[in-house]
Amino acid sequence: MSLDAETRWTRLAGFWSDFRQSPVAVAALIVIVSVVLMAVLAPLVTPQDPYNQQTLDLFDARLEPGETGSGGYVHWLGTDAAGRDVYSAILYGLRTSLIVGVSAGFCALLLGTTVGLVAAYYGGRVEAVIMRIIDLQLSLPAILLALVLVAMLGQGMPQLIGALTAAQYAYFARTTHGAASAERRKDYIEAALSTPLPARQVLFRHLLPNALPPLIVVATVQVANSIALEATLSFLGLGLPLTQPSLGSLISNGFQFLLSGRYWISIYPGIALMLTVVAINLVGDQVRYVLNPRRSR
Amino acid sequence: MIGFLIQRVLQALMVVIAMSIIVFLGVYAIGNPIDVMIDPASDQALREALIHRYGLDRPLIEQYFVFMNNMLHGDFGESFIYRLPVINLIFSRFPATLELALTAMLIATCLGIPLGLWAGYKPEALSSRAIMAFSVLGFSVPTFWVGLLLIMVFAVELGWLPSGGRGPTTTVFGIPMSITSLEGWSYIILPAFNLALFKLGLLIRLTRAGTSEVMSSDFVRFARAQGLSEGKVVGLHVLKNISIPIVTVFGLELGSTLAFAVVTETVFNWPGMGKLIIDSITVLDRPVMVAYLILVVFLFVLINLVVDLVYGQLDPRIRVKAAS
Amino acid sequence: MSDAVLKVRDLRTQFHTKAGALKAVDGVSFEVARGRILGLVGESGSGKSVTGYSILGLIEAPGEIAGGEVLLDGVDVTRLKGEALRRVRGAKIAMVFQDPMMTLNPVLKIGTQMIAAVRAHDKVSRKVAWERSRAALAKVGIPSPEERLDAYPHQLSGGMRQRVAIAIALLHSPAVIIADEPTTALDVSIQGQILAEVRRLADDTGTAFVWVTHDLAVVSSLADDICVMYAGKVVETGAAAEVIASPRHPYTAGLLASVPAEHEPGERLPQVPGSTPSLANLPPGCAFAPRCFKAGPACTTTPPVQHFEGGRTALCHYPIESDSCPPPSSTSAAYQNAS
Repeated sequence: MSLDAETRWTRLAGFWSDFRQSPVAVAALIVIVSVVLMAVLAPLVTPQDPYNQQTLDLFDARLEPGETGSGGYVHWLGTDAAGRDVYSAILYGLRTSLIVGVSAGFCALLLGTTVGLVAAYYGGRVEAVIMRIIDLQLSLPAILLALVLVAMLGQGMPQLIGALTAAQYAYFARTTHGAASAERRKDYIEAALSTPLPARQVLFRHLLPNALPPLIVVATVQVANSIALEATLSFLGLGLPLTQPSLGSLISNGFQFLLSGRYWISIYPGIALMLTVVAINLVGDQVRYVLNPRRSR
Repeated sequence: MIGFLIQRVLQALMVVIAMSIIVFLGVYAIGNPIDVMIDPASDQALREALIHRYGLDRPLIEQYFVFMNNMLHGDFGESFIYRLPVINLIFSRFPATLELALTAMLIATCLGIPLGLWAGYKPEALSSRAIMAFSVLGFSVPTFWVGLLLIMVFAVELGWLPSGGRGPTTTVFGIPMSITSLEGWSYIILPAFNLALFKLGLLIRLTRAGTSEVMSSDFVRFARAQGLSEGKVVGLHVLKNISIPIVTVFGLELGSTLAFAVVTETVFNWPGMGKLIIDSITVLDRPVMVAYLILVVFLFVLINLVVDLVYGQLDPRIRVKAAS
Repeated sequence: MSDAVLKVRDLRTQFHTKAGALKAVDGVSFEVARGRILGLVGESGSGKSVTGYSILGLIEAPGEIAGGEVLLDGVDVTRLKGEALRRVRGAKIAMVFQDPMMTLNPVLKIGTQMIAAVRAHDKVSRKVAWERSRAALAKVGIPSPEERLDAYPHQLSGGMRQRVAIAIALLHSPAVIIADEPTTALDVSIQGQILAEVRRLADDTGTAFVWVTHDLAVVSSLADDICVMYAGKVVETGAAAEVIASPRHPYTAGLLASVPAEHEPGERLPQVPGSTPSLANLPPGCAFAPRCFKAGPACTTTPPVQHFEGGRTALCHYPIESDSCPPPSSTSAAYQNAS
């Protein structure tokens, strides 16, 4: 059932021509691409390394947006209480947020897909137990699980990614299991299983491809959720410390100044967060729509 | 029907027990609360005494049974930090959270169902597109961030509403409440709306999807052919049909609203359970964490059970199956 | 037929799609008189159901009625909107749909749905409405109607549900009932009962029926008049007995030839070759020409002309001659040769 390169290419082209039907989704995609680019190129496009203590100057603290600091350049988005350029901090924070979000999404994808495939492949008791646990986990909100896990594992990037993965893999597991077990019941899989074909081959060539379209959709949305969840945890003071800040920690850092009218310290990182998360969700929505087999053409 | 009920209750009990083990192990297996509780410089004898006092030197399994036994007697232990029985601590905070969650659900329902109905009834209208765009924002923008914006606009810039806290409460049936006074409302409205946003987005989507499905059904066409007014078509046929999935999802969401209150309570400094659990996590106050989690799991299971039963009442097709 | 209650004149209904406007109903005209039953016959996709929906203004976007009129006692229903249209629906023209599983709301009791239907036009108390619903159910031959009113649709058999739908249609003694394949989903024995019931109702109450169906056997035993549709156009009309005895249009002849009752058991049923054309690309001449055994050169280039003969019409360049009318078996032979 492997597709040659050409059919893959036509499929991709067809997907793209369907995708761009929605101008909103295309705009969202452009936002995502620019956000990622800016985060990756952060050191090149920012005037300051906000976490190098040497470059910080307390005289520059809490400058309003547009003021020029002692560095001789304009702080377009102002500075925070430690004299950090908010614009620079946002791009560096974006890096952290994206790394955490994408890694957690990817790990959850791997773990969840494996669990879902194993359940669908073995069936019977194994499947019943696994899916019962998955259902149970899905009935609890991810934020609660993440809270507990972070409390258990402690602070730090790997712990955070671990907690987010554990809190979210169940979505992937259920999606994979749903698609794969529907396929599992078909006659040709039964036939393939009765031949001495290695199980691996059945799993990866037949069951997995069927689960791919819904998995892509879930993965997109879960990356956005990971970023939002990480930001929430960091805001609550349970995520990353300010020495390794994400957008969430930046917002949290500026929260205390919000009431005194110094809105920029937390509002601008928040706008960056919102743009990123909403853009990913919009793209996810359109991908869901395009990949929906029941869609009327 | 009785058999069905007993089966569901047994299932629910097993879930609670399983979760209690997981939560207990998860929370107790790591970290050392004594380090948080006392000055690291204090002498070894004091440490030992404290460890012994809280039973932390005993095997884990023994600790669990002691804990379960106490819990069944309504004793969730004593907070390491507040030095108060955990159960009192949690129940003193519970009404605030429940009031916030229920107010949020009320807001989500009163806005979400009409908006979703409209968006499903007139899917092409500009207003419907605006509603759907709003719903995407509602459940993709992080709650805490919206909370911040609400505070900035309504408390800081406009100065119409307080930025946080619960304000004065009136006591009704021995429970302090905010929504019984106008001033109370001024405190609860922002956090409740903040907490409602996610549910609102969800509810709009659910209602819209259900409505557009029902509107294209044959029985709606038949109802129109009978000369039923559009109001009657929507009010009788559409509402009744979409009520089933909405009640189900909504019931399940009440639990997650209680959980999400953690974030809103922190942003708005609302003195509920959520704020308590965050504070407990940061200082590793285990008994509070465990009791909170078990209480939340218990509430979840209870809500699931009720939703299952209500679902059967709403859908005549299910009712027949359960009876036979 | 000057006493016609329902006159459909040059009705045109289009569906706007990416491929352009599809003319699902393209200039359809017919009349029904009081107490008469008109069989509106065609294959799926011929536009017969859309015609039914158009009469009641039940066409929804992307469809629209592009022209023509539907005269009910001289009033053009296609021009009515909102409240005025609502007052006609169910009160003057009622409709019964094909699938009794789908036309009743599964989560509402029969009684709730019938009371709503009564009160849509008559401002009476629930009690009165309930009593009228009970009487209507009894009238269509439903045993113990009180219990049925308290039941949900899934607790009734398919035949019962369709009787309920007919009872709802009869609630306000409408002048016309449009029935869209109402017996297709039912057993043959129940179908027979319902057909007999409908015939009796038409004779007793003077209600006119437009009976939409693909089944010529049903029409031959029920209808007074026949109107055959193909690709959105009426291709043949006339009194039922005459049309069935000697069809003028080759398509009608082909449909008749494929009715099982006309053949020996075991004999292969002749079919009209090919399938219904896509409305998106109809041929320039007669839409039926590619499937027609009589098609000549004119048929593929020029639209067919209306052929009149007494009270009958046929839309065909080469209608089957009245005296050389082949018996069904020879027509079927012609079709078998063609296929």
